[in-house]
Amino acid sequence: MDYHLNHLKELESESIFVLREVAAQFQNPVLLFSGGKDSILMVYLAVKAFYPARVPFTLLHIDTGHNFPETLKFRDDLVAKYNLNLKVGSVQAAIDEGKIVEERGVNASRNLLQTSVLLESLEEGKYDAALGGGRRDEEKARAKERFFSHRDEFGQWDPKNQRPELWNIFNGKKHMGEHFRVFPISNWTELDVWQYLAIENVPLPNLYFAHKRQVFMRDGVLLADSEYIEKKPNEEVVEQVVRCRTIGDMTCTGVWASEASTVEEIIEEVATTRMTERGGRTDDKRSETAMEDRKKQGYF
Amino acid sequence: MNNNNNNTNHNLQQEYEDTELLRFTTAGSVDDGKSTLIGRLLYDSKSIFEDQYDAVKSASERRGETSVNLALLTDGLKSEREQGITIDVAYRYFSTPKRKFIIADTPGHIQYTRNMVTGASTANVALILIDARNGVVEQTRRHAIIASLLQIPHLLVCINKMDLMDYSESVYESIKESFEKFSSKLDVSDVNYIPISALNGDNVVTRSTNMDWYEGSTLMYYLENVHIASDHNFIDSRFPVQQVLRPYNDEFHDYRGYAGRVAGGVFKKGDEVMLLPSGFTTKIAKIDSFDGELDCAFPPQSVSILLEDDMDLGRGDMIVRPNNQPTVSQDVEVMLCWFDSNQPLRAKGKYIIQHTTNEARCLVKEIRYKLDINTLHRDQENPELKMNDIGRVVLRTTKPIFYDSYRKNRSTGSIILIDEGNNNTVAAGMII
Repeated sequence: MDYHLNHLKELESESIFVLREVAAQFQNPVLLFSGGKDSILMVYLAVKAFYPARVPFTLLHIDTGHNFPETLKFRDDLVAKYNLNLKVGSVQAAIDEGKIVEERGVNASRNLLQTSVLLESLEEGKYDAALGGGRRDEEKARAKERFFSHRDEFGQWDPKNQRPELWNIFNGKKHMGEHFRVFPISNWTELDVWQYLAIENVPLPNLYFAHKRQVFMRDGVLLADSEYIEKKPNEEVVEQVVRCRTIGDMTCTGVWASEASTVEEIIEEVATTRMTERGGRTDDKRSETAMEDRKKQGYF
Repeated sequence: MNNNNNNTNHNLQQEYEDTELLRFTTAGSVDDGKSTLIGRLLYDSKSIFEDQYDAVKSASERRGETSVNLALLTDGLKSEREQGITIDVAYRYFSTPKRKFIIADTPGHIQYTRNMVTGASTANVALILIDARNGVVEQTRRHAIIASLLQIPHLLVCINKMDLMDYSESVYESIKESFEKFSSKLDVSDVNYIPISALNGDNVVTRSTNMDWYEGSTLMYYLENVHIASDHNFIDSRFPVQQVLRPYNDEFHDYRGYAGRVAGGVFKKGDEVMLLPSGFTTKIAKIDSFDGELDCAFPPQSVSILLEDDMDLGRGDMIVRPNNQPTVSQDVEVMLCWFDSNQPLRAKGKYIIQHTTNEARCLVKEIRYKLDINTLHRDQENPELKMNDIGRVVLRTTKPIFYDSYRKNRSTGSIILIDEGNNNTVAAGMII
């Protein structure tokens, strides 16, 4: 008998261990759900981790109001399929109530506004741990994240003062009012995620597969045209075959010219591509340390 | 939507069946070529993306640097980029068709010992870089000692910058000899040596034509082929319980699954097992998972174990075999690495101890000695442990814990200490 796990099974096992640690160490954990493949993977792993019991986490979606319509439909079907609880934190509602002010201009995005809605939703629900689908290979600030990442009473991340994390012993101790962000799929790469989703036959939103869409080019990034985004006079909308590599707010998520229409074709594309998946995220391009700056304030 | 069919699915499964995950750690300072080496591994395995490269290139230009500084790829934090040093552990990923690699890249200076220890804790391989111009220096010895303390199964010594020493065989041989002499005092079994030039790519991915006298493998070949399947302990069965799964629904009415990750040995259905701390024995009724029942479970699998009898068992308890039990004791002796910058380890101090899924409080009974991690000298006169110090410490726990020596099992032989006041992780220990 050969006692050996391949890399995907080993990553799966590590993530399941972390998800179970969260359930055991925290009173009221929540799973941050964006509608993207990483959060779909997280839900799927959580279903596996606690089978045959129910997933012990509520799903929290921070809704910018600028979603691809397909995302919401997919989310609701997933919630129904696994009998999950869903809470929605609405950026639109926070704007309407005057708690936050919308950015103006052509590059306006609700990306930054998500942070305060997220922190308020966490406080309101008295959640003491928020599970996120962040991966270390995504971005250089995320490469420094712990699995269990401590946040102070203001929800801030202090990257220079992180708790050392050794072996598979996770310290989830905290004072009242503080919380943790936990990243069970820290060690997965984009390619790992796709390979795993393919092998496990996990259903995914159509947005990830090649489809025709009205798009326009801005700063070298293809953006989906929508009512939420203001176009400059010289920006011309054309129809093109594209797919999403990440799914986020429509105003800052780039789409890719791609003919990949099956999971296998996507794996091949990801394996040979020379661009990172967040290369299309204009929210990361605001400065060299845009992600670190946002994360310190409490972003995902 | 799902575009899979069972056929392609099966093919993919075949394709990935043998891809293993290898974790290795590197340690080093700015000028020993570590970043160049990592940059080359990533670049040659096509794991640096164009937009990443462009971002690093323009950041280098803004800094007034003449060449592209690949260190900026791994030094992700603002303060690290400002100071031009790696402060924290950075994790990097690359893959070849054979293996997936996780690099825990850590700084090499003595004030970052705790980061090196952290990076080493999960590694299969320690990659130790030696500058061929300088030979074995203090930092080399420190890295090797940490690798030995943390029981990294394989040590790979890369003698770098061979291009600056005319690719000389005698330089390589004399450095190898002096490392061998020093490492014979360490607890390491598998040591290999490769002469390389990270800058020119000699023996990194492709064989060097400049060193015909070297008959061993390239760095990449080594990383792809080093035997790691036996790095886990498959002998001593240990299953720390994380939590109890109780579905409370009609379909699984009396279901009681003990969820956990196998920390050692192999568990099979029907095995006679003993539960700790109660000492009761029963049999394994079923090993369960979302993907169906399993014949056996081995490290590092996450599964659920169902027992034949209803027993009192919960988080922090352990399932073992009656004829192979861990030490059950309140007295634990460890090699402890101290992390806290605010205050030293307090003799007679009380801390929270975490061990597998178990937790207790503990008292520091005695600090036996402090280890000089450059010379292995044991200081018994003044054994105070400050940040980054390593020493031998005796602990007394409030309740028995179930442990093995770290040498025997890295999971059941490791602990962390937590400060009761500020909840910080202040130390990591390897049980002796």
